[in-house]
Amino acid sequence: MEKRNVHLSPAELLPILPGHSSPGRFERVLRAGKFAVTTELAPPDSADPAEVYERASIFDGYVDAINATDGSGAHCHMSSIAVCGLLTRAGYSPIMQISCRDRNRIAIQGEILGASAMGVSNILCLTGDGVQAGDHPQAKPVFDLDCMSLLEIGTRMRDQGSFESGRKLDHSPPVFLGAAANPFAPPLDWRPLRLAKKIAAGAQFVQTQYCYDIELLQNYMRRVRELGLHKQVYILVGVGPLASAKTAIWIRKNVPGVHIPDSVINRLSGAQNQKAEGISICIEMIQQIREIEGISGCHIMAYKQEHAVPEIVDKSGILRDRHKRPRNNND
Amino acid sequence: MKATGTSRVYRIRHWSVKRSALLESFYNGFEKLIVTMHPVWKLIGYQRLEKPFAATEKLVKGVMFDCKMCGQCALSATGMSCPMNCPKNLRNGPCGGVRGNGNCEVEPDMKCVWVAAWEGSQRMSGGDEINLVQHPVDFRLKNKSSWLRVAKLKNATPETR
Repeated sequence: MEKRNVHLSPAELLPILPGHSSPGRFERVLRAGKFAVTTELAPPDSADPAEVYERASIFDGYVDAINATDGSGAHCHMSSIAVCGLLTRAGYSPIMQISCRDRNRIAIQGEILGASAMGVSNILCLTGDGVQAGDHPQAKPVFDLDCMSLLEIGTRMRDQGSFESGRKLDHSPPVFLGAAANPFAPPLDWRPLRLAKKIAAGAQFVQTQYCYDIELLQNYMRRVRELGLHKQVYILVGVGPLASAKTAIWIRKNVPGVHIPDSVINRLSGAQNQKAEGISICIEMIQQIREIEGISGCHIMAYKQEHAVPEIVDKSGILRDRHKRPRNNND
Repeated sequence: MKATGTSRVYRIRHWSVKRSALLESFYNGFEKLIVTMHPVWKLIGYQRLEKPFAATEKLVKGVMFDCKMCGQCALSATGMSCPMNCPKNLRNGPCGGVRGNGNCEVEPDMKCVWVAAWEGSQRMSGGDEINLVQHPVDFRLKNKSSWLRVAKLKNATPETR
């Protein structure tokens, strides 16, 4: 049998600093007070690992961590744990998304251990989209846990070293735990309090839904600051380039939870090159987001436009004060 | 039966959320009563009471809240809107998929259970309970009486709990 070249010590695993939860680079960037950049990798409909590496390599040198989605939009793809396992072998810093839709608490806790064993330092706890949204609407929705109880269980595994059942772990997973937030969906006045609840359940960072309405975000953040939440959690705001006015209208109608104001759609439809305009809107959004007190970074979701991520990062100037460094170098 | 905007269960369930303050004070009195009656329940035997209690609870709460008999009632912490009617069974608040009009992502004709819960909680004196983290559901309790469980738990000493 041919011997495979497997890296048993992924480059991401650094010593855990005092006060840190994980050996990950992502947590270090946030705790150092730098404006963090994350992005999302669309997992392939394929059993070929090369496709994962090709997709990840687009982001080399431009992001602090890469989210591996877990059946997003209730569509079937390569699993997030497998994508993460591949990414850590190559020295990437993944954020593993776990959704409560497809697995019960027995499977999920096993995955948290397995992921950590494979060098995953960051876990994003999600409820997940309903099965009706995807390509297998005939599937059974599990939802044994919700994002909040998933956060609690992850925190318990890490800090108390036990399963939900109380049974002890031999070695607890040193993971940095995150959650999602949507400041743009009703009930708007409850959303900041819901963030507080996620913090109470164990969220250390949150990544938000796409932001296309800076005013709504400002209102949300004002309340977040009043509650002092920005000092208890790192907030990364979701952004993404819209390909055209037509796409924007389609998303607004068909993707629940994404709020796109008319002004954005009008600006796109009035542009000669709509795709370039979408990227410009995204860049401006990032620049405005960066000025808001209490925001720690941005999460660029460029679905089907992943190649635009380096341009967006460069032109927005968010990494201007950071040294670019090759991926495989240890600190 | 699907709880869409026009069905009777759906309308009654929303009637109840609108009267969350009244139902809250009623339940608080009712809970006191069943908790103080613990010696009586003990005499008859909790196990013997399980079936008739569960049947009554299913009938009353089924009509009023479209209750799904999870056996660990959270209505006091959810504005009198039963969280088990959420298609994702969320026990801790709305997902990010709530539509602009406040309706559910999965069932577009249904008002989000948690949008209703938020409104209901605002009318209740103990409405802040909605901000407490609810632990995951214990599926062994399904179809069991939540009232009896409360009576038993509130009378338990740390040793018997």
